Order: sequence, then C-alpha cells, then structure tokens
Amino acid sequence: MHPTAAQIQEVFPDAFQTAVEWRGDLAITVSRKRLHDVCRYVHDTPNLDFDYIVHVSSVDWPDDPERFEVVYEAYSVCHRHRIRVKTRVPEDDCVVDSMTDIWKGADFMEREVFDMMGIRFRNHPNLTRILMPDDYPEGYPLRKDFPLRGKGWRDTFTFIGEKS
Amino acid sequence: MKPTFEDQRETIYHVDPAHPENPALPTLRTEEMMLNMGPQHPSTHGVLKVVLALEGERIVKATPVLGFLHRGVEKLAEDGTYHQFIPHTDRLDYICAMYNNFAYCRAVEKLVGITVPPRAEYLRTIVAEVQRIIGHQFWLGTQALDIGAMTVFFYAFRDREILLDFFDELCGARLTTSWYRIGGVERDFTPELVDTLRRFVEYFPPKIDEYVTFLETNRIWLSRTKGVAVISAEDAISFGLSGPTLRGSGVDYDLRKFEPYGAYDQCEWSVPVGKNGDTYDRYWIRVEEMRQSLSMVRQLLEKLPDGPIMADVPSVTLPPKERVFNDLASMIQQFKLFSTGFEAPRGEIYCGTEAAKGELGFYIVSTGEGKPYRLKIRAPSFIHMGAFDHMARGYMIADVVTIFGTYDIVMGECDR
Amino acid sequence: MGLDPKLIQVSHAHEKDSGPGIHLLTLEKAVNWARKGSLWPMTFGLACCAIEMIAAVSARYDIDRYGAGVFRASPRQSDLMIVAGTVCVRMAPVIRKIYDQMPEPRYVIAMGSCATSGNIYDSYSVVQGVDRFVPVDMYVPGCPPTPEALFDGILKLQEQIMQRRVFYKKPPEAVQA
Repeated sequence: MHPTAAQIQEVFPDAFQTAVEWRGDLAITVSRKRLHDVCRYVHDTPNLDFDYIVHVSSVDWPDDPERFEVVYEAYSVCHRHRIRVKTRVPEDDCVVDSMTDIWKGADFMEREVFDMMGIRFRNHPNLTRILMPDDYPEGYPLRKDFPLRGKGWRDTFTFIGEKS
Repeated sequence: MKPTFEDQRETIYHVDPAHPENPALPTLRTEEMMLNMGPQHPSTHGVLKVVLALEGERIVKATPVLGFLHRGVEKLAEDGTYHQFIPHTDRLDYICAMYNNFAYCRAVEKLVGITVPPRAEYLRTIVAEVQRIIGHQFWLGTQALDIGAMTVFFYAFRDREILLDFFDELCGARLTTSWYRIGGVERDFTPELVDTLRRFVEYFPPKIDEYVTFLETNRIWLSRTKGVAVISAEDAISFGLSGPTLRGSGVDYDLRKFEPYGAYDQCEWSVPVGKNGDTYDRYWIRVEEMRQSLSMVRQLLEKLPDGPIMADVPSVTLPPKERVFNDLASMIQQFKLFSTGFEAPRGEIYCGTEAAKGELGFYIVSTGEGKPYRLKIRAPSFIHMGAFDHMARGYMIADVVTIFGTYDIVMGECDR
Repeated sequence: MGLDPKLIQVSHAHEKDSGPGIHLLTLEKAVNWARKGSLWPMTFGLACCAIEMIAAVSARYDIDRYGAGVFRASPRQSDLMIVAGTVCVRMAPVIRKIYDQMPEPRYVIAMGSCATSGNIYDSYSVVQGVDRFVPVDMYVPGCPPTPEALFDGILKLQEQIMQRRVFYKKPPEAVQA
C-alpha cells in the first residue's frame, strides 16, 4: 500500500475504507463521519502538508444505495504529492461536513457541488446556488436523472409582455 | 413646506479632542451603499455581476454573482464521446483556446495510457507557449485599457494579429481552434510556418520592451498597481489560486516544472516569481513569462525532431484525414470512433496543466464506455473568483477594475 | 416630432398606391444615410465572439472606418446591439432590459452561432437563439465569425437601413414567445 494511505489507515482505522492507486493517482475512501477529521489531519500533519485544495467534486451513482460520492483532491506545494479523499453519501441524507475552515478555497467549490448535485455541507458560511439562479425550479442539473435539455425552463420567457 | 426626513433627524455634534476650544461640529452621517456592477459592463471581462457594499469609496464586501454564462458543458460531456468534447474545451478559456485542448488531451491520454510521439510533444509545446503569449498579450491590452492606458491596447492587439494569422495557416481558425487530438496533433508544421515562427521570435522582444516602456515609466500606472490587491502566500495557497496570481505572492508553484509534461524539460527556462503579492508583481510576472515563452519557442524550434505526429493506437486515435476518404479501413475506424467512441478503461484520473490563467485540470471518471461518466473541469477563473472578496476588501471602487484585470478572469471558464 | 400632418397622411397613402413624393423620399434617403453611417454599437460581448468583436475594433480590422467605432457602454446612447456570444437563460432578462432601454431606431445583430441558434450548446441553460425574445435584424454565422464576417453583417445591415421607411408609424414589433 502507498505509504500515505498506510499512515492514514494507522491513524483512522475505523474511518478508512479503501485505497486505490491507479495511473499514479492515490484515492482514499473514508466514512462520511470522519471525513472532516481526515482532511484536518492531512492538512496539518507536517510530513503530509496538503495545503492546496485542487478541486471538490461529486459523482452520481444512481444504482448504488449510497448514491453520491464527494471527492476532495488536495496537493502539497512543498512535498509535491497529491491525494484524493472520497466519501459516499446516501440520497435521503446527503449532508457532508464543510471544509471551509481547512481550505478557504473550498467555499465556492462546495457551493458548486450543492448547486449541481444537491449535496449539502454542514457549517458552510453561505450555502446558496452559484451557477444557476437562486430560485431555479427544476432541481439539480448534474444528477443522472436530470435530462440534458432540462425540463422546459430554458424556453420560459416571463419578461416578454412586460412594458416594452 | 413640509420638512424632509433629514431635517427631522437629530443632529449629533462632536468636539475635536485635539482642539477643544473650537466650536462643536456636526458629525457626518454615513451609510453603507450597495452598488451593482452589473453583468453588462465594459470592464468586467465578460458577464460577471459584482455586488459591492461600499462605505464611501471603500469596499466593505464584494459579492460576485456568477452563472450568466453557464452553458452546462459538464453535462454535455456525458452526452458525447471523448473526441467530441475537444471543441467544447476550446470555448472554456477562449482567449488562449488551444491550451485547454492540450489540458484535455493530456487528461484523456493519462486515462487511456498512451504516450505521444516526441515530434508531437514538441509541436504541442511550441504551440502551447505561443498560445500563452497570445493570452498574455490580450491580458496586457485589456488591463491597460481598463486602467486607462489605451495605447498599449492597440499595440498589443497589433502583435496578437500576427500570431492569429499563424494559427489561421496552421489549423484554419483564429480563435477557437481544435488542433490537438487525443494522441497527438492533427496537422504538421509546414516549412513556411516554421519560418513565420522564427521571424516572430526575432521580431517580438523589442515590442515587449516597447509595452514595458509605456507602462513602467508612467507614475499613474505604478501608483494604480503597486500595493493594490495584495494577497499573502498562505492565503493564496489555501484559496487554491494558481498561475501568475499565486506566483506573485512568492510561491514558485508551476506545474511545468513540478510535474513536467510535453517538451518543457527539453529546454532551459525559468519561472518568474514575485515578492509582494500585489498587482504590479503579477503584471511583471506575466510580461516576464512572455519573454520566457519566446525563449522556449526559439530553443524547441532548433531541436524539433522528426517522426509521426500521432500515436499509433488505432483503437483510440483518429486516422489521418487523407486516408479516411481513400481507404476503407480508415473510414470504418473514423466512423466507429465518432459514433460509439473508444472504450476507455474503468477508473478515474485527475490531470492538471499550467494554462495561462492558472492550473486547468480535468477530473474524469470512466466506467469503460465510450462516453465519460463524469467530467469535472477545474477552472482557475472560478477558483480565483472565490478569493475575490478577500482581495477586494479595503480598496476603493477604482481598484475593482484593476483587481479583475490582475486575476485575469475569463467567464467561459468560470461558469463553464 | 414637428412634422406637418398632411405629409404623414401622404405616407399612409403609400401603402395603397403612389409613392411618398420626391421631397420626402430624398429626405428619407438623407436620414437613412446619416443613420447607417454612424451606427453606435453597444459593448455587449458575452463570450468568445466578444474577442473577435474586440479584434474588429483593434488596429488591423478597424471598424471605425464604417462609422461604427464609437462603442458606448450605455444603452441610452447607442443604437446597435451586437449580441456576441452564448445567451444563457440567466442573462436573457438582462438582454431584454437593455434592449428596451435603447432608444429607437435600434438594430440588433446576432453575432455568432450561439446568438443565432444556440450552437452546440443544446443544454438546460442555453437559449436557442437570441431571436426568441429580441427581434434581430441581421444574423452573422460563424464560431466565432472572423472580423471580416462581422463587417459583412454590418454592411448588409447598412444596406437594410437604407431601405427603411422613416416617416410613417411603425407597427409594434412581433416577437415569437
């Protein structure tokens, strides 16, 4: 096993689930409850020092019981290594702890995940939609059951017929 | 006449503690004002809305409102094959479009596990650095225009046209080119194109000096850029900033040196790094990067090796266009690759590339089909907008325009 | 407007049989010539086509030689809106509001494939063409159209302007909903 993954497994034996190393990328899956602790650990530990947040994203697996996968990818500028920390959440309780206190850049990235996939982040300073309008009626676009062309919102022009 | 509300409010007087003998003065009443820099604005570099909370002229809070150019590109990626997504990547950072192609093709090549032949790597790197020069010329022109130096705008665009002609010859389009392919490039350089590049490499350095002379000796430019929009190195790393925005604060993070790709390790060049983290340092870094890119192009043109320009993996890469119309096997290969796509292996990768604006990355999840299951674009402009509020607080309204310019935001990338 | 009502009645008669009369026709031509020679566009670049629009303003392709070089940021002072780029649903009410704020006579050029018909973005948030809510006078195809193509569009719009009627009451604009 990759030494970083072994180190995390040693410190969090209950949270650690799997580690996959493929094409040079290390991806670790942890349980949802300890995600914040694991991220805090990889950020603060001197020999890991993952201080640069690369991206936060989500993947929709509609056939699995735990439908959504939340992915945090981080990089260390001084040690020059990467890590991907993932977790799974079920659809009826899709809440994850926010990492804005660890990486400030997670703010906008988590808002985008909320906007596109509907996953909520506990303790986020301002969890509102970012790319779609605040009152977007059709749901969460990147879910697999959302049609590509939308559900008709793009053809509604409520502003025509007003004073011209 | 009925008294107005202002007349009815009580006036509060205060005594100046330094001069207690003077009569008491009425205290100036101030309120916070919300100002909307709307989506249609000449200086916001695209459709970006910023709601500014102002105390007089000072910014108390700046809230960016994004999404006016959200085209649903990530969802469109799940609907087409990997090859069909290349034109979409052009339109992300539309100022230096081919760098996005490069980043995407690298990501798919990492996923599939193919290596690109050396000549293709050199060609890709040369064109990528020329695209970086184009991107920085556009940035210089528009930032100078926003601050008020119109001359530099016209000069920078004049030189940009020479390079756009070069791209027109190379691949048929000036702006949204799609010359990179998965596994290599589409078309080779002709000897005339190599000559054009060689002449440009000799022609351009005095022009950079010309732009710099206009700006660096100008007191107004210096006072509007020095000390404006300062960000510390730790904050910059924590926000995830990259590219010249991060290097201005003293962090020498450049993916071309940290994780070399293309032909960047085959030539000698250095990474310009700033000190103070202000607008002037970022401006200086981008001008220096133009010079370094020129030097890289000069060196790589000398060492250009011969060979094929596309990897020979028929299940993934496209056949050459001349053979498609003449040879049945190539036509069938082309048809299959575009209708069902190639079967990428199951797995997920992330691949980051140092584009002109910052680190452009693609996170691709594949389930073994011809279409990507999930394609996430890590766009530097979106992440830089996350730090906009932090950077803009405490400065004046006139500095907001400078801050947009120094971040070098492109809305196509920010909203996707 | 200060015109003699008898002249306006003559213009209505044009609908059925004779022309407006030689004086009014020359005046119309003069007015149209002035209008086409000094189109003031508004800076309305949305996406990639904006870059080609900026290139059209720059030193090599100089749009000022057609009289259209004074780009005003305010809709109240401009008469040509070049919608350059993808029109997303979130931006649509903004475009309509700005169109409504422009004083007449006003012209709209839909520059690029995205503004004409939505281009490759057949997705949940892109309006398939700006003519869904704003009447368009000229469509310039291309992705992005080169500055020369934009000039072609502007010149054809100028020819179109020369043929417009000036001194009669225009019916309200029809917009497909």
